[in-house]
Amino acid sequence: TGSLQNFLNHQKPNPRPQPQSRNLFFPSHPLYFQRTATLSLTPFPLLFSSSTLTLSTYFPLTPSLRSPSPQRVSRDPRRGPMTESPSSEPEPPSPKPRAAAGNGMRLVVPLQGVVQGRGGLILGSLIPCALFYFLQLYLKRHRSPKPPASSSNPPSPSSSSPNLGDLARTSSRSNLLGRGSIVPVRLSSRGMAIAKPNDSPYYVGLDKVAGDPFHRVDNPEGIIQLGLSENTLCFDLIERWMKENLMDSLMGGDGAELSINGMATYQPFDGLMELKVAMADFMSRVMGKGVSFDPSQMVLMAGATPAIEILTFCLADHGNAFLIPTPYYPGFDRDIKFRTGVELIPVHCRSTDNFMLTVTALDQAYNQARKRGLKVRGILFSNPSNPVGNILSRETLYELLDFAQEKNIHIISDEIFAGSLYGTAEEFVSVAEIIEGEEFDKSRVHIIYGLSKDLSLPGFRVGVVYSYNENVLAAAKRLTRFSSISAPTQRLLISMLSDAKFIEEYIETNRKRIRRMYDLFVGGLDQLGIRCAKSSGGLYCWADMSILIALYSEKGELELWDKLLNVGKVNVTPGSACHCIEPGWFRCCFTALAEEDVPLVMERIGKVAEMCKSGH
Amino acid sequence: MAIELEQQPKPAAVALSRIAVSETHGEDSPYFAGWKAYDENPYDELTNPSGVIQMGLAENQVSFDLLEDFLERHSEAATWGKGATAGFRDNALFQDYHGLKSFRGAMASFMEQIRGGRARFDPDRVVLTAGATAANELLTFILANPGDALLIPTPYYPGFDRDLRWRTGVQIVPIHCHSSNNFQITESALHAAYDDAVSRGLTVRGVLITNPSNPLGATVQRAALEQILDFAVEKNIHLVSDEIYSGSTFSSAEFVSIAEVLESRGSRHVDRERVHIVYSLSKDLGLPGFRVGTIYSYNDAVVTTARRMSSFTLISSQTQHLLACMLSDEEFTANYVKTNRERLRRRYDAIIAGLRRAGIECLRGNAGLFCWMNLGPLLEETTKEGELALWNLIVRDVRLNISPGSSCHCSEPGWFRVCFANMSEATLDVALDRLHRFVDQYRRRTGSSQ
Repeated sequence: TGSLQNFLNHQKPNPRPQPQSRNLFFPSHPLYFQRTATLSLTPFPLLFSSSTLTLSTYFPLTPSLRSPSPQRVSRDPRRGPMTESPSSEPEPPSPKPRAAAGNGMRLVVPLQGVVQGRGGLILGSLIPCALFYFLQLYLKRHRSPKPPASSSNPPSPSSSSPNLGDLARTSSRSNLLGRGSIVPVRLSSRGMAIAKPNDSPYYVGLDKVAGDPFHRVDNPEGIIQLGLSENTLCFDLIERWMKENLMDSLMGGDGAELSINGMATYQPFDGLMELKVAMADFMSRVMGKGVSFDPSQMVLMAGATPAIEILTFCLADHGNAFLIPTPYYPGFDRDIKFRTGVELIPVHCRSTDNFMLTVTALDQAYNQARKRGLKVRGILFSNPSNPVGNILSRETLYELLDFAQEKNIHIISDEIFAGSLYGTAEEFVSVAEIIEGEEFDKSRVHIIYGLSKDLSLPGFRVGVVYSYNENVLAAAKRLTRFSSISAPTQRLLISMLSDAKFIEEYIETNRKRIRRMYDLFVGGLDQLGIRCAKSSGGLYCWADMSILIALYSEKGELELWDKLLNVGKVNVTPGSACHCIEPGWFRCCFTALAEEDVPLVMERIGKVAEMCKSGH
Repeated sequence: MAIELEQQPKPAAVALSRIAVSETHGEDSPYFAGWKAYDENPYDELTNPSGVIQMGLAENQVSFDLLEDFLERHSEAATWGKGATAGFRDNALFQDYHGLKSFRGAMASFMEQIRGGRARFDPDRVVLTAGATAANELLTFILANPGDALLIPTPYYPGFDRDLRWRTGVQIVPIHCHSSNNFQITESALHAAYDDAVSRGLTVRGVLITNPSNPLGATVQRAALEQILDFAVEKNIHLVSDEIYSGSTFSSAEFVSIAEVLESRGSRHVDRERVHIVYSLSKDLGLPGFRVGTIYSYNDAVVTTARRMSSFTLISSQTQHLLACMLSDEEFTANYVKTNRERLRRRYDAIIAGLRRAGIECLRGNAGLFCWMNLGPLLEETTKEGELALWNLIVRDVRLNISPGSSCHCSEPGWFRVCFANMSEATLDVALDRLHRFVDQYRRRTGSSQ
């Protein structure tokens, strides 16, 4: 009964749910559900007739029941979690449910404001129990027990990723047998914070796609991924290059001796000088117009994720803060805050300014942070912006630098999308160009770059910290011992980036193709009456779907997100996950789509739009 | 090793974090002088025969020919299959922090193979990191809060002072071991270290051991492992077993993994939940440039957390693919492990014999890429200063960069770690000759008769 109470409490309709509680997951176990369901059997028949309508409201939700078993994730492992990807692990095993997890599956109920406004407390609390009971019965009868979410996509017998469900069972069994320390051995509090399930819709959506990814032939009913900023538009070019050059680049050329010595032994942790030179050249090409980068100001590490973390470790102490314009990339909350303990203070940008950063807003946020007793150490922004795709103007960059100088704080410019431009109206200006030859104190300026977006090689894990501060460079170089790039991968990239003809063709073609997809996608949305923010770069557009939301609130936005995901079968990133202050905005990544799938995406979004307009 | 001091910036300079300005990276310590001496004047048989010989780097180059041979025969490993670009497509995009399934599987079997099949490893518990350095740091992040302590038996790998403490804010409390019992870890030493930590107001979160030990070059006895595990259970703390030299044990039978101890105890939860193994391919496969490390934890929450945290330290998919091909070739790995062990033993025997000719004794070792050399009898004064004075002579005059025991927090002066696998046999002979001559002269000069 205690657990029933607990369950009911979680189910209680909450008219003004907090953003966190909205996405609360409630891990449990079938036995557990059955127990609660049995208890609720008596009221259930009474409610049944009156809840037929409600049933249909619930059913769309059932697909979002998910098993915490990451089995499903493994089926398309490359969609798996990383820089911009879902975490697919189950919740940290809290001792109790684990002990109960005998031999069944574990279920998780998303409570995303499902029950709100549909019949009050009793309905809200009992119907889900009963539904689960019947769902369980149904599943038990019709198939061998497996997570209901996998019904559309049966799990492959060979599970390829850690089946922690199983692991948990093993250890819980031995827990009963062992003489048992009553208190389990403790993790650090930062460890526990990371072990918690990711409840951001960003990660929830990515998880769902991982379980049921769209495939034109194999799984045409699957979810289409628009939530991951990944670019597959120019794979053919890279493939061709690899085919022609790979052996040479790795093994030192035709007939030459195998150069295992230059790869196997310890190499400088912060990257091979040759790669830095090649990377500096690539960055200059991408950033355009005579901005030159000095390889000696460059530190290389295994991806932009560690790059930004290492930089944060260098610039701020635990408890300090960075100002960051919103909306911002949802992964930052994890990548930056996780281990450093640095806080992110949002600087709210608005649609009326096309989400452009203003110094007024910056100043306001700065003063508020100071009032809270926080020490602000820097401003972090992405340019081109992720998720909006707009570009900071020269003037704004000057203002930002002045502001940083005045407050004596750092500037971190994340320019990982600098080569993924499709706009013609706006010109991208790197902060590197602004400070060249100006009177600014360069030592406060740091640039983040990487090859995951602009060269579409996220699997290669290459990130860059480019800094004008000698001490930051020295510290960051030493910290790369925790995140170095493997030498064979560096060798390969040295050849690829040094192939000037290839790189030129790649950058050119890539821009054209992104532009084409942008036109198609944004045009399609436009026909549905959905407008996008003005943008010039990135692998996504920032769409205003506020006309489709019933409630002009975060709740309304998440309801629409849920419909798009579970009914429309498209995974987009809701603005609230990006800390956008205005509800109804969504980031849609379009560069991992095939052109011929755009009409289908529009059809699916259109269907949901119709539903919303007709008041469903 | 200075603890983080707030930098006093010039008035206008923008401030950096305590981590950025801390001295914990250790590169300003006196020991760094040895590395600098090597960098400035590296030995080369032909071009610089009087240069400094690097004997401070635990790198394994004795079996490169086997690796080269494999790559020559399996060029497709590096190229995603014969002309198959589909493999590439999957790989280039692959950014899942679970790591390639094929690679985790191959890694688990390789770890089993090294332990002679006496322990099983579940690929789903293998968490990949870019090197064992990252693996150890990552575990420390997960197991301990800033200000908490890990107990580590001395002498220990000098890098731990940096890797485990720098960003995590965790303290290391030494478990003092002594030459009288060949530096084995005893129960009383464990308790003394624990009590020492508690009396300093520290919360002890775990014990970290290296097995085979770096710098001792010897495996930890089963009885000692049992004791350490019992101790960890008693105190309800973690046990991290860094086994990166397990495949570099000269004979497989001489190495007992903590995994075997767990299994022999019936895999009880109370044991398992606190045990974490660190492994890497840098030493046993001689591939430090590939940056491949793993955490193998028996604790579910640690597996989950470590996997998420590994986003900061992932291995490129290309490298994973290449190594998956290499490690799943059982014929290759079996031959490699066997040959590598034999070659290391030969090297070890050669260096021990050479040192003995010079009248120098070493701790009896059975693993690793180094030996633990006792120059205690040569010290003018039996102190850390005496040891460093002798070390300075060796670096400056003999031009050998070896690691003094004090850098490993050894409680007895006069011990040195000498690496022997990162050079050719000819270079090793040169090094031994130089040392022999130096010791002879030194003894004559100081009138020492030992």
